Amino acid sequence: MIRQKMIGQETTSENAGRGIQRRDFLKVTVAASGGLLIGFHFFGVTQLASAQPPLGSSFMPNAFVRIGTDENITVIVNHSEMGQGVYTSLPMLLADELDADWSKIGYEPAPVDPKYNHPVFGVQMTGGSSSVYSGLQQFRQAGAAARALLIAAAAQQWNVDAATCRTESGAVFNGTRKLTYGQLVGAAAKLAPPANVQLKDPKDFKLIGKPLKRLDTSVKINGTAEFGIDVKLPGMLTAVIARPPIFGASVKNFDDTRARSMPGVRKIIAIPAGVAVIADTFWQAKVARDALRVEWDEGKMANFNTSTMMQDFRERAKTPGPGVRKDGDADSALASAAKKIDAVYEVPYLSHLMMEPLNCVVDLRADSCEVWTGSQFQTVDRANAARIAGLPTEKVQLHTTFLGGGFGRRANPQSDFVVEATHVAKAAGAPIKVIWTREDDMQGGWYRPAFLHAIEGGIDASGNAVSWRSRLVGQSIMEGTPFVAMMMKGKAYDPASVEGVDDLPYAIPNVTVECHQAEIGVPVQWLRSVGHSHTAFAVECFVDELAALAQKDPYQFRRQLLQKQPRYLGVLDLAAQKAGWGKPLPKGMGRGIAVHFAFESYSAHVAEVSVTDGKVRVHRMVCAIDCGQYVNPGIIAAQTEGGAIFGASAALFQELTFANGRLQQTNFNTFPVMRMNECPEIETHIVESKEKAGGIGEPGVPCAAPAIANAVFAVTGKRIRRLPIRLTEAV
Amino acid sequence: MIGFSVNGKRVDLEVDPSTPLLWVIREQLGLTGTKYGCGVAQCGACTVHINGEAVRSCVAPVSRAAGTSVTTIEGLSPDLSHPLQRAWLEEDVPQCGYCQSGQLMSAAVLLREKPAPSDEDIDEAMTGNICRCGTYPRIRKAIHRAAEMVAKGGAR
Repeated sequence: MIRQKMIGQETTSENAGRGIQRRDFLKVTVAASGGLLIGFHFFGVTQLASAQPPLGSSFMPNAFVRIGTDENITVIVNHSEMGQGVYTSLPMLLADELDADWSKIGYEPAPVDPKYNHPVFGVQMTGGSSSVYSGLQQFRQAGAAARALLIAAAAQQWNVDAATCRTESGAVFNGTRKLTYGQLVGAAAKLAPPANVQLKDPKDFKLIGKPLKRLDTSVKINGTAEFGIDVKLPGMLTAVIARPPIFGASVKNFDDTRARSMPGVRKIIAIPAGVAVIADTFWQAKVARDALRVEWDEGKMANFNTSTMMQDFRERAKTPGPGVRKDGDADSALASAAKKIDAVYEVPYLSHLMMEPLNCVVDLRADSCEVWTGSQFQTVDRANAARIAGLPTEKVQLHTTFLGGGFGRRANPQSDFVVEATHVAKAAGAPIKVIWTREDDMQGGWYRPAFLHAIEGGIDASGNAVSWRSRLVGQSIMEGTPFVAMMMKGKAYDPASVEGVDDLPYAIPNVTVECHQAEIGVPVQWLRSVGHSHTAFAVECFVDELAALAQKDPYQFRRQLLQKQPRYLGVLDLAAQKAGWGKPLPKGMGRGIAVHFAFESYSAHVAEVSVTDGKVRVHRMVCAIDCGQYVNPGIIAAQTEGGAIFGASAALFQELTFANGRLQQTNFNTFPVMRMNECPEIETHIVESKEKAGGIGEPGVPCAAPAIANAVFAVTGKRIRRLPIRLTEAV
Repeated sequence: MIGFSVNGKRVDLEVDPSTPLLWVIREQLGLTGTKYGCGVAQCGACTVHINGEAVRSCVAPVSRAAGTSVTTIEGLSPDLSHPLQRAWLEEDVPQCGYCQSGQLMSAAVLLREKPAPSDEDIDEAMTGNICRCGTYPRIRKAIHRAAEMVAKGGAR
């Protein structure tokens, strides 16, 4: 059912096709309140008006900043805050160039408007660990442009050359004269923005590079942060949906006799997603939903079993697949290798499992529609809501709330959670909030695809790696997304399936990578670190196996093969050194190491584990990250810690399995997340670098599983080739 | 009619007594700081205090609150002055923030019962609260820091 309609593609092609094309940043347009707007194309004034306080009390030098006569400065953030700290890191960029007083800086989610589109992906969205590096120029330029206007306004008042003025901490100075930014609001609003602005020399940064505290902590510790699930509108009803138990199943018929008579129930309707029960409160809707008797047409997936699927994957991996990379001749080199080894790695479907289950609020009127949700994909979600509502896109406003975790799930190419809520709103005749129960959320699909990764490798008589052949089997996640054209470009494989092995950095003369694309009716999607979440596991575990075959230390073996890869070496050495690689550990404990490049950043982890009664305990993880020029080391450390825990959870506990088309897992008790008592000590060490900025949201994830698995080998002598780790399956 | 006090205010509600306290707090009382995460007492996002004890409000029928005193995150302090909130700010604990109300409410009971908790005490008290973002190392540090504040500053 879900994979049949390529809705996202259809509704976003207009924007997606524009790709990297950069807009004229300093295009000038007159804004609603008579203030000035420097920025991208400005369609209509409603979005801006909604983000503006009363006339005259502030001005917007451009789309990204509003300066108030009260000295408060609001940074308009076009990326969604889902834990990764964009409401702090992006304002830091702008505030630094603006020479603002950091204590006066606030943040506000951007409305949906093309001027807030992602400069690389061409739609308004948050993903790919790209918020900081894609926003770097955008937010710095916006800050610098605003500063230039304020200086010009002050210079005019003082009748001096702007070049003789300086700025500091929210004010313009000339000699002993001072005008604060708030005092300059009125004058600056009358000026034309500068054609060119000079950005700071990085040595003059006052905020960028400092571990400033997050701006959004207070509201997250006193209950006032508004997540999508918290939105309340007058007269709003709540809906819970009976969803198909099998992907591709549809409603044959349903009996709502009992449910209809239950307290608070207003309406029960069939929609494409299932049967929606609309009631006064969530609990009434949920209880009535559970009382529905729905007969399903089970569809083609009724006999689907993951065990059979993996068996099929194993068979397919025995045959050559579409080529991804070919250096030299891996097959011949394997045949003539002194020693060789092969291994098959398997990883399961995974759920994003954000703490806040999916939800969406829709207020649909005759000629307008407002949506409140934690979206990572605003352009797509707005367009899909408009399509279902039967309204032109510009009649739909989407308000981005705080996201109680995203991890990719809230960037759904078909806007599943927005589309169904809009369907419900059409029938409800009142503002509607659809809430997914935890079980609905876990069973609702769009998982990290299961993958099989078969690797053969060989070494020569001196222990040098001479051959590597990777063959992967798994589903594509790009198929059906707005990025399919950009990413796949007619390839027979999905780059997101092989990212992290297609760029194998080790100096091995003969490398072949092949990928079979599996067509399976389980909806799959990007999950934090996407393909890297499985390729790093297979690659870094296999490098360890090669090291053992060569009878070399796994760290030194990697070093030797990475001599021409200084940034890989940098993080590898840093992690090894900080972890005390080679120093003795207490009996029963072992270390494992892994290194990986993903989302423009380099990462290495050393894990220390013990194994007791077949149970793996991770005691310590030492993480090194090189994300180039960095903005906020405090947030980088937090993301790296979180990434390590996210990866460790998958490595130790998590697996989704299907039997007869039905998912076997329902909640945290059957799909566990690492808990406090299982959490290791985690250290993060950041490489000082002048290289281009990279991502931090995802790079902390990929190394966790292989570092832990390699540490388990160090303790037990057993190889982990399947996740989650089960020692009974180790070889 | 079910009556109890919430954050010091008396409430009397016409509500099905089997409704989980969580949804009464969120929907009838409008206190949305307490979160829904699992509905089966697995994740702790819904943790509130009933007469000072940490309770998973997603599985506690509202009838259980009758005649009691309920505290939610909104009642932990009026001004972020609780030592845990101060420590949370200093350690920059939250990421997405969704689980943090529950984390704080669990930690508040721990800190009251054990003013100088060990790592084992923290494990025991906090293991019922899941954080998908992985803020555990900072939660641990912040609890220790709050304990130090209480020790230095006396009564809170």
